[in-house]
Formats: sequence, structure tokens, C-alpha cells
Amino acid sequence: MPTDQIVQYCFSGITVGSIYAIVAIGFNIIYNTTGVINFAQGEFVVLGAMTAITLAARMPLALAVGLAALITALIGALVELLFIRPAKQPTVLRLIIITIGVSILLRETALHVWDEKVHALPFFTGTEVSSVTLLGAHVSPQVLWVLGACALIVAGLSLFFKFTLPGRAMRACAANRTAAQLCGIKVRWMVTASFMLSAGVGALAGCVISPVTQTQYDMGAPLAIKGFTVAILGGLGNSVAAVAAGLLLGLLEAFSISLFPLAYQDVVAIVVLLAVLCFRPSGLFGRRDAHAFGEF
Amino acid sequence: MKCLQWFAIAALASVVGGAWAAEGAEPASGPIKVGCIFSVTGPASNLGAPEKKTAEMLVEKINAAGGVLGRKIQLIVKDSEGTPEKAISFAHQLIDEEGVLAIIGPSTSGESLAIKNICQENKTILLSCAAAEKITDPVAPYVFKVAPKDACAAQWIFQTMKELGIRRIGVLASNDGFGLAGKEQLEKYAPQDHIEIAGSEVYDKATTDLTGALNKIKGQNVQAVVNWSTVPAQALVAKNMKQLGFDVPLFQSHGFANIKYVQAGGAAANGTIFPAGRMLIADLLPEGHPQKRVLMEYKKEYEARYHEDTSTFGGHAYDALTILAEAIRKAGSAAPEKVRDAIENLQGVVGTAGVFNFSKTDHNGIGMAAFEMLTVKDGKFALYKRN
Amino acid sequence: MRSRRYAPIAGLVFFVIALQLALSATGTAYYLTQITMSVYYSLVALGLCLLMGYAGQISLGHAGFFAIGGYTSAFLTTHPVATSGGGSAVRLLQQLGLLVERQDLYGNAIVNLSPWLALAIAMAVTTAAALLVGLPVVRLRGHYLAMATLGFGIIVYRVVLGTAGLGEADGFSDVPPFRLFGWLEVNGRKPFAAQNYYIAWTLVVIVMLLGANLVRSRVGRALRSIRESEEAADALGVNVARYKLTVFVLSAWLAALAGVFATHYRGGIGPSEATAFKSIRYVAIVAAGGMTNLWGALTMGVLLNFLSLRGVFGSYDDAVFGAILIAIMLFAPDGLVRLPRLFRRIRKKLDGSLAA
Repeated sequence: MPTDQIVQYCFSGITVGSIYAIVAIGFNIIYNTTGVINFAQGEFVVLGAMTAITLAARMPLALAVGLAALITALIGALVELLFIRPAKQPTVLRLIIITIGVSILLRETALHVWDEKVHALPFFTGTEVSSVTLLGAHVSPQVLWVLGACALIVAGLSLFFKFTLPGRAMRACAANRTAAQLCGIKVRWMVTASFMLSAGVGALAGCVISPVTQTQYDMGAPLAIKGFTVAILGGLGNSVAAVAAGLLLGLLEAFSISLFPLAYQDVVAIVVLLAVLCFRPSGLFGRRDAHAFGEF
Repeated sequence: MKCLQWFAIAALASVVGGAWAAEGAEPASGPIKVGCIFSVTGPASNLGAPEKKTAEMLVEKINAAGGVLGRKIQLIVKDSEGTPEKAISFAHQLIDEEGVLAIIGPSTSGESLAIKNICQENKTILLSCAAAEKITDPVAPYVFKVAPKDACAAQWIFQTMKELGIRRIGVLASNDGFGLAGKEQLEKYAPQDHIEIAGSEVYDKATTDLTGALNKIKGQNVQAVVNWSTVPAQALVAKNMKQLGFDVPLFQSHGFANIKYVQAGGAAANGTIFPAGRMLIADLLPEGHPQKRVLMEYKKEYEARYHEDTSTFGGHAYDALTILAEAIRKAGSAAPEKVRDAIENLQGVVGTAGVFNFSKTDHNGIGMAAFEMLTVKDGKFALYKRN
Repeated sequence: MRSRRYAPIAGLVFFVIALQLALSATGTAYYLTQITMSVYYSLVALGLCLLMGYAGQISLGHAGFFAIGGYTSAFLTTHPVATSGGGSAVRLLQQLGLLVERQDLYGNAIVNLSPWLALAIAMAVTTAAALLVGLPVVRLRGHYLAMATLGFGIIVYRVVLGTAGLGEADGFSDVPPFRLFGWLEVNGRKPFAAQNYYIAWTLVVIVMLLGANLVRSRVGRALRSIRESEEAADALGVNVARYKLTVFVLSAWLAALAGVFATHYRGGIGPSEATAFKSIRYVAIVAAGGMTNLWGALTMGVLLNFLSLRGVFGSYDDAVFGAILIAIMLFAPDGLVRLPRLFRRIRKKLDGSLAA
């Protein structure tokens, strides 16, 4: 394969891989604080993008994106307050079913509030036809925005969890809920905060990827599945590993086209998921006794 | 005892069932019942949603003008969500319970094929809005379709390519019924037009990135790319090609049939060449053109009522209802056999897709003349003229 | 007390017959088609109820087994295996009833597998798939199990959607009827409507009989102990992994059986039967019925599918099932079908007042 084709595949791979990584990080934030896997994570990405698209028609793009992230974070809080908190005897099975139900409701709400058509945010820089050449590959300038945004989000979250009080409080809840309560941390509100953070991060990812992939109301579920695959691949709860795993999956998918028919590209992620679940459920980088240790 | 539980449920079921009890057999006077099965939501919603809106709008218009043979048309619309099992269930419901004269739709080929036998056996006229060859081949007496042939679209594309001296092409198709059917026709007609398909990729309908596949095709040194799909991939292909610096003509299918898709593609959509129904350039047609009046009227009314642009898909429902109404008038009755015979003998019915001429062996009624080659100039549709 | 065990099933049979007679008498026999389809879907729900309720395992991919059964049977009964009038081996197999001759869409004579043989092969394929998926998966729990089964369902969907021989996006639409014996046929046409209604319900009654026996047997007690606490059951000597796998394969069989019969009944099948959303619907139905309640799964299966097939939910079909999932889990985790308890309370009150 000629080098520039390899580089091209690499760029496709890391672009889409970083989005998977962000979704996986969203999963991990909530999982670390609550032990819940939020199947509705993909919907936050879609809602963020759709909200931004509606807002962008009325205000400058940067403001629209910021506001959309905020609104989606509020929706995340609402989801937690309405559906997760009231669950009595929350067994794992029940919570899984509830979050699946929430994912469906959010999707149908998006369908009826907006419509079934495809939308896209305007490109942050350049237009639909701009192209930059990097190391022999041609990519849209938006790809650089995607990579930059993802790196910023990961860095920002690391700092948040290490150095800020709310961040450390969330990690405390994940490590030992009772101890955290004894320290005076309001665990219930930390749970809500984790949902808000997760939703906001997802929304930002949705906005930055929207010009390239376009946004449709039902894009959430496939994204959630890929995101979950990446989260498990890296080890549930470990977000730095999620980034590595995301890039790995993205590259695998991109290069799979050279071997398999394009229609089976989505199967790659599923096969990876099943392989990990069967042989190493703790993930590539996780500990064998993987439990939420609150590592960011 | 659990028996009591079951009696309670039986009572509930009969109440529920009774609420939907039929009104009895269809009278010889009173409204003419016409059923519709469209994919208003679900994966084929870009087909079904405009079809539903068009059908409702047209029926209101017909009824306001006095109906057909003095009887109003009662439209019963069902949303099959693009799934064959719902289509089958609704077909049974419309035929057995409502006793409809005809069923308009379904929107997709898979569903149409699923209910073809049901309609034929129950002698209910089916006017499908889908394009699969198998719907009308083998010909079933009660089954018709109003969508133009994919084969004709493919041949128009190849004709244009020959004029441009294009010999080697790459093909991209989505993995739904529409894309695969188109790919089949492209592969069928390529050899006789001396065109070589150097690379061909089938992608998932909901894909978000086609740079990989396009890159692969670019490596085959093709002179043009044909993309056969509907949204969202149409705009995606155009954008990705420009972003890759892949500068060859892009041909799309007749699924590229709404100005919104051009807007979604932005600057990347300029220069796309595709076959399409004349609805998209109705205002550019000369005054005497047989379809002009019908198209302009439809456009005006649809856009005024629904505040969205027309697409050729909605036009299929328009054509199906127009044909049905015309056949009922010609037959002078709403008896299924008479109406069916009338449809088969219809000639020169002006619709949005073209001028329909049916016969015993041709239950589709339109051919190559249904299409014009169009292109996109400055974000608007224009007639394609070779310069 | 045998009679108490089987009385509800007798009640069901009575109700089924009464319903059909009532519908014919009032001229509304057209409901039979949609009821029959709903019954086949509820067969899948019954299998899933055994898995979720009695073995405590969630499966988000059960529509995949329905699809495997349906597609295998559809493929084998429509794909020509030999040309008509072919060699003596073919004619021998035809005489044995393993191959049948039919006409394809264009009137050409072709030779396919007989539906019985196709059914047997479909069940075999399902067993293989269930074991392949089940063996690694029974070790998993919670989210991991959910995602593994979801992944399986998606693979089945991608395979049927992407394979040319399986009809790709259009699926199969000319599947022949399934002649069971003599004049009894699984056939969607109107003259066979009542027959097929009873065929579908017969399958369900058989499953309910098996279920009634299972639940009260040693196997059933072992399953319940697994659901309550796997570690405790293991400590008591229950072979947890083997029981879980058995129930998994059993529930897969039921789903595949429903798939085969439904496909012949409708004359076709499409990729929409294998989507993740279909699997989630089955879970919603089982949850609404009460996860450990076979009767609940049956009731909800028939009721919800019937309403959905009639388009009562309109464009909000998906939203309704999503809302059901949430509402049940938040407000009625033991399901809606708790009438037995209600009636028991009523009876107690009545007994009390009579005695007084």
C-alpha cells in the first residue's frame, strides 16, 4: 500500500477513534461515580450537536457550541434526577434497562423536536471543500479541530479530577461511597454532577464532529455501542486507557476496509467487543479485579 | 384462581377489540376507501414522510372539488416504519377490516414485495411507490408501480458518460434496497456501454465517513465516481471527495432529489450530475411542456402548506392517487376489477414522474422519458447541458 | 396437586377457543392474523422470560435467534438445491419427502428442501449459535452480559443485511407455506387463518405446559436458587454454569421456532426482525409482564405486539416501548400482571365476609 494511502487511513482512524474515546470517557465518568453504565451516552452527543445547530442559526458559532454543551449538561442532570435517582432497589439489571429506556426516549424526543433529516454544523474553519495536506494525506481542517478538541477535553478532565475539589470529591465517591459520605461529600449531588459532566463532554464531541459526519437523530445508539466497546477495551473506569483503546479501534476500523468489504466495517467493533468480553473482560489495560477504583 | 385472571384479560381484549370493530362491508355509495402504507418514520422516512403529506394534501383537494364520481375519497394512512412485518400486518388490516379499494405504497421495495401476493390474492389494487423490478416482473394483474425504473437512471448516467468520454468509473452504493438495486443495474448495463467499473464499494447506509472507501477508489485511477444512495451519504460523498482532493466528476442517482441535499453538501455539491424527475426544475421547463402545469401546481401547494421543499419521492404518492382517481373515473365505478382494467388501459396520464402509459405487460407506465439529466450550479438545480 | 397446576392452562385453552369463536360470530375474524403474529412474538418473550426471570440473565440479542431460525428456514426453502428432474439421488430424496419441487416467481420448476428438513437444520444452526455465544457468555454478568448479547444480535443483523444470498436489505418475500401434516399448513392465506391461529396457540400451550412443570421441578428450584444468589446455589452443589447454558439454549430454541413458523406464516422475513431494537422490545415485554412470570410475558407479549401491529402507537411505537421500560423499572419492578395476587385478596375478603 502506498504511504500516502496509509497516512490517509491513519487520519480516518484517529479522527473517528477520538470520538469513540470521548464517548468512552463519558461512560467512565458516570461509571466511576455511580457504577452505572449509561446506555444513553450516545444520545447526549446527538442532542448536543442538534441543539448547537439550532442555536447556530441565531448566534455566533462558538457561543452556540458553548450554550449547547450547557443545555445538554442540564438535560443530563434531568435524566439523573428523573430516572436514576428514583429507582428503588437498583439492581444492575434494572439500571441497565432504565438507561436503555432513557436512550430510546431521548432519541424519540430528538425525532419529534427536530426531525428525521440530516443536519450539520457549519465548519469551524473553512468550508465543505477545504482541504489541508498533512504528511501526504488530504483532510478537512475540521479533522484538526476534532483532534484538538479531544486532546483538550482529556487534558481538561485530568486536571479537573486531580486538582479541583468537585473532581476529587467524585473520585472519592467512586473509591468508597460510605467513606465519602462520612467526609461530608454529598454523594447524591456528585452523581448528578457526573451525569452533567458526562453529558457536557459528549455534547462538545458531538458539536466538533458534526460538520464532518453530519448529525441525524438516530446516530446515538451505534455511537454508544462503539463507545462502550472502547471503554471495555481500555478497562472500564480507566479513561486514559480509553483514549488509547479508542485510537486503536479507530485505526482497526479504518484499515479493515483494505481487507474486508466496507459493509462489514461496523462488525469489526463488535468482534473486538466480544473478543474482549470473552477473553479479557478487564480490558487491555485494566486490572484483573477491575472494579471502579476511580482512576481517571 | 388464575382462571379469573384470564377471564379478566379476555374481557379487556374484547373491549379493546370491540373498539376497533369494522363498520361493515363497503357500500356502493359513500366514501371510496383508499389505504396507504408509508414509511413515515424509520430508516426510509425521507421517502414516506413526503409521500404521506402529499397524499393527504391531494385527497383534500380532490374531495374539495367534489370527489371522484361524486364520492369522497377516504384516505387511511398507516406508518409501517419501513419494516415488512408492519407492512404485512397493515395490508391485512386495510384489506380485511377496512375493505379498501386500493393500497398506495409501500415506500420501499422490501415491503412492496412482502405484500405483493397478499394484494394480488385479495384482489386489492396495489400502487407501489417503490422501484424494484420484481414488483412488476412477473406481472401480477392487481399490482402496479409508479416509481421510475432504476435501469433507466443507470442508462442515462452511462449515456452522459459516453458523451464525456468516461470509460473507467468507481461505484459507491448504500446497503439498503435502493442502493443495492441501483448497483445491480449499473453493473448490468456497464458492459454494453463499454464502461469499466474499476472499483465498487457497498457502505452502510448510516455511515459517517467515506474517506477510506473513496481513497481506495481513487487509487484505481477512475475518471468518475457514481454514488447510488439517499441521505445522508449523498452529501457525505460529495464533501469527502473534495476534502480528499479527489477531483473527478461525481454522478449521483435519482435519489438526489431534494434541494436540501444540495444544501447539505454546500459548495461540494456543485457540479454533481444526476438523472432526475422534472419536478426539481419545473420552473425551468418551457411553457408548453405537458408536465409543467401539474408540477408547478404541486410545488406551489405543497410548499405553501408544509413549508418545506418538494422532493420527487412525494411525487410518487401524487402519481399513484392521480392514476387511481383517473381510473375510477374512466371505469365509471369503484369495483376493483373494473378499476384494475381501467388502470391497465390508461394512456397519457400526466404525473410528476412523467407521462404514464400502462398496458397489460407494462404495469409501470414510464420509461427513459421519466428522467432529465440535471446538475447543480451555484447551489441550485439546473438542466445539464454538455458544453 | 396436578389439577391446580394445569388449571390455568386449561383456562387458557378455553379462552383461546372462545376468542376465535367470538370473533367468527361477530364477523371480525380478520383479527386472527394479527393475533397469530403476536402469539409468535410472545413465544420469543416466553423463552426470554425463562432466561431473564428464572436464570437471571439478561439478553439484548434475542431477536438474533428469531432471525437465525427464520432466515435459515427461508433460505433453505427458497434456494434451489437442484434442477427439477435432476439425477436419481434427487428423485429419491423427493420421494422421502426431504426435497420438494415448486415453482419459483417466474414459473420455473425448482427443487428446494422440504420445510420439515429446513426446520430441523434451522434448529441445529440455532443450537450451534446458542452454544457458541452461550459458553463464553454465561460467565459474564451485568453490563458485560448485556453488551455481549447485544453484540451478538448486531452481528446477526449485519450478516443478514450484508449477505447477498440472504436477500440483503429486502430479505425474503416468497417463502412457501409449511405443510405440517395432511391438510394442516402454516400458511398466511385467508382460508387458513383459523388453522394457523390454533397452530400458533398450540405451540404456546405446549411451552406453558413445559414451563409449569419446569418451574415446580428440581430444575426449576435450581434455577430459582441461581437467580436469588449464584454463590449460594453454587455452594449447594448446583452446577450453575450448566443450568444457565441450558436455559440459554432453550430460550434460543423457542425464539428460533417462533422465527421459523412466523416466516412461513408471513411468507417472508426481513433484516428488521434482527435489529437491536426488536431485542429491546422483547425485554420490555418480559419486564412489563414481571420477569419471573411466564403468564405475564405471554399476556404482555400478545397484547403489546397486537397493539403495535395494528398501528395503535402510530409513529410513537419506539417511544412507547422505551417509556414502558422506564416506567416498569421505576414504578412496578415486579411487572404489571399481578392479578393473581389481586384476586387472591378479593377471594380472601369474600371468604371472610361469607364466614362472618
